[in-house]
Amino acid sequence: MGRKVGIEVSIAISEAVKLANADVVAAYPITPQTHIVEHLAELVASGELDAEYIPVESEHSAMSACLGAAATGARAFTATAGQGLELMHEVLYVASSMQLPVVMVVANRALSAPINVWGDHSDMMAVRDTGWVQIVVENGQEAVDNVLCAFCIGEDKRVLLPVMVHIDGFHLTHVVEPIVLPDQADVDDFIPPNEYPLPLDPARPVTMGSFGPPVIYPEIKKRQDVVLRESKEVILENWQRFGEAFGRYYHPVEQYRAEGAKTLLMTMGSTSETAMDAVDRMRDQGMSVGLLKLRLWRPFPFEELLQAVRDADLLVVVDRAISFGGPAGPFCSEVKAALYNQDKKPKVMGFVAGLGGRDIPVGGFEAMVHRGMEIAEKGGGEILETYGVRE
Amino acid sequence: MNVIATTDETQEKHPLEDYLRVDRLPHIWCPGCGLGTILGAFLRSLLESGLPPDKVSVISGIGCTGRVAGYINLDSFHTTHGRAVAFATGLKLANPELKVVVFSGDGDLAAIGGNHLIHAGRRNIDMTILCVNNFNYGMTGGQFGPTTPETARSTTSRAGNIENPFNMPALAAASGAVYVARWTTAQVHQMQRSITEALLKKGFSFVEIISPCPTYYGRMNRQPTGLDQMRYYRSNSIVRHGANPNEVGVGISGQIVTGKFIDVERPYMPGPGNGDNGRQT
Ligand code: SF4
Repeated sequence: MGRKVGIEVSIAISEAVKLANADVVAAYPITPQTHIVEHLAELVASGELDAEYIPVESEHSAMSACLGAAATGARAFTATAGQGLELMHEVLYVASSMQLPVVMVVANRALSAPINVWGDHSDMMAVRDTGWVQIVVENGQEAVDNVLCAFCIGEDKRVLLPVMVHIDGFHLTHVVEPIVLPDQADVDDFIPPNEYPLPLDPARPVTMGSFGPPVIYPEIKKRQDVVLRESKEVILENWQRFGEAFGRYYHPVEQYRAEGAKTLLMTMGSTSETAMDAVDRMRDQGMSVGLLKLRLWRPFPFEELLQAVRDADLLVVVDRAISFGGPAGPFCSEVKAALYNQDKKPKVMGFVAGLGGRDIPVGGFEAMVHRGMEIAEKGGGEILETYGVRE
Repeated sequence: MNVIATTDETQEKHPLEDYLRVDRLPHIWCPGCGLGTILGAFLRSLLESGLPPDKVSVISGIGCTGRVAGYINLDSFHTTHGRAVAFATGLKLANPELKVVVFSGDGDLAAIGGNHLIHAGRRNIDMTILCVNNFNYGMTGGQFGPTTPETARSTTSRAGNIENPFNMPALAAASGAVYVARWTTAQVHQMQRSITEALLKKGFSFVEIISPCPTYYGRMNRQPTGLDQMRYYRSNSIVRHGANPNEVGVGISGQIVTGKFIDVERPYMPGPGNGDNGRQT
């Protein structure tokens, strides 16, 4: 059942890509993702991973090379962060529209300017609507497990979509954690071979990505949306299979001490672990507070969310990105949109915190919960409520 | 006794202090890195050129060299990765009286920003490019890049690079640069004189400066200190002015041909008059 090792999360992710037997890795260095592709270069050089390693000249090229590889039916992987993800932007849409199942790890990083290499979720939010399956993890084990699941999900014939696994830059990429790396035989059993149904093949020529005039374009887009929404079933199926095979289960909305809680804190990514400590402290003080951690960002898990918040009076949603001039935080506005048509719904208070790598301590989550309760009770509050930002 | 925080009030000011943001020092460059030497040479060239500092703007891309924009006390802009030349093009065309200098690394200029470099050369935009070539991506941890010599080791070419590198002077010359030179950090005086010439040249001037990165490139290629790399430059550099840029490629060992390779005149943009390109009619 694998071996538990003390390992840097980035290196563990590369080991997972090796276990998944990727055929092509296209890479461009960018902090804080670089260790992932660097270790993959070592694995390819030492012969441990039989793959083509293409160190291209920009992230735009990295994603383009992955598309080319995936179009031939190869299993393609890349990793990036922040500005790199932004530079890939136009190609991300092509990957999902052409239904090319690339897997990419994004080491979430703030966006310029000013230049900031530290973590937040601005990059993730900027690619929210690109049509990729997007999974958010909170620690190294979850990263490894979900990279393995990502190949199964993306390559499933009912899905055939690219998959992003989001890990917080530095908070996850650069830490050493005890992580169980599964055995090769078990991974081989878990990940079926990639049988891309219509690969580029000179013997059976196909044309990909040619013109889609108004007479057909809307149908293509509608279908794309349906496929992404329906992929949730396959995601759930694969998380279930993974749990049965490896003993670790994943859910679109994870709960922590949430039963019966009147107030629910909501987080994404590595800060969820700090938030758990905050919930413990507040529970110890007799407060009715629990935590919901969003694991599946796209397709958005509407049913699971509604189910999880049905008994709550107040949601305190923490965003690590701003929607400038808009409804403050993208995560919070999604939650609000999901609730809008419900008859009975909790109040929702959104906070923006932890931008550009600024720490959110345990007390920070407590403070946001208290402030959220205060606003919910007395009214008031700003359109953009921030935590830990100097005026 | 507190020996760390003492300052000698009577001590003379460093001659280049006015041109550096001393509040941003010490810099982040590693011991033995060539970037400090190049920055010093550039500032001395700037003084030597007689250009008014308030009419000079320095643009950097991303990478160790990119940090120059933050240390220099001139109008400067630290762009996103690869976009220094594109930004500088806009700057120069909108404000032709500025002397625009792009100070960036080989990865930024030749890989992610390679397209902008060749097109600015083709248009002969009046700007000076200082291309610091340390043969790898230093800031992200020593991956191989567009100038890494064949067989050189890096964190992404453990068994030796199998790709053919760019010969930067040839690339600049083929793009249309009117001034092309190369020096190493072991040739400070020549480098300085050449940067001055480039600053005063009308049109697209390009100076490649080969520079030690002991932390990554040097360490991974049997020259583990900055001094080792400098010794190598000193004993292997030869000066050959007017050499054919196509014949000055650099390998992992052997000769480094330095000198001024190209110095010609060609209509440039923006030209001396309003809206023209400097073409003599
Ligand atoms: S990594 Fe290399 S180029 Fe960057 S500062 Fe250190 S020695 Fe200089």
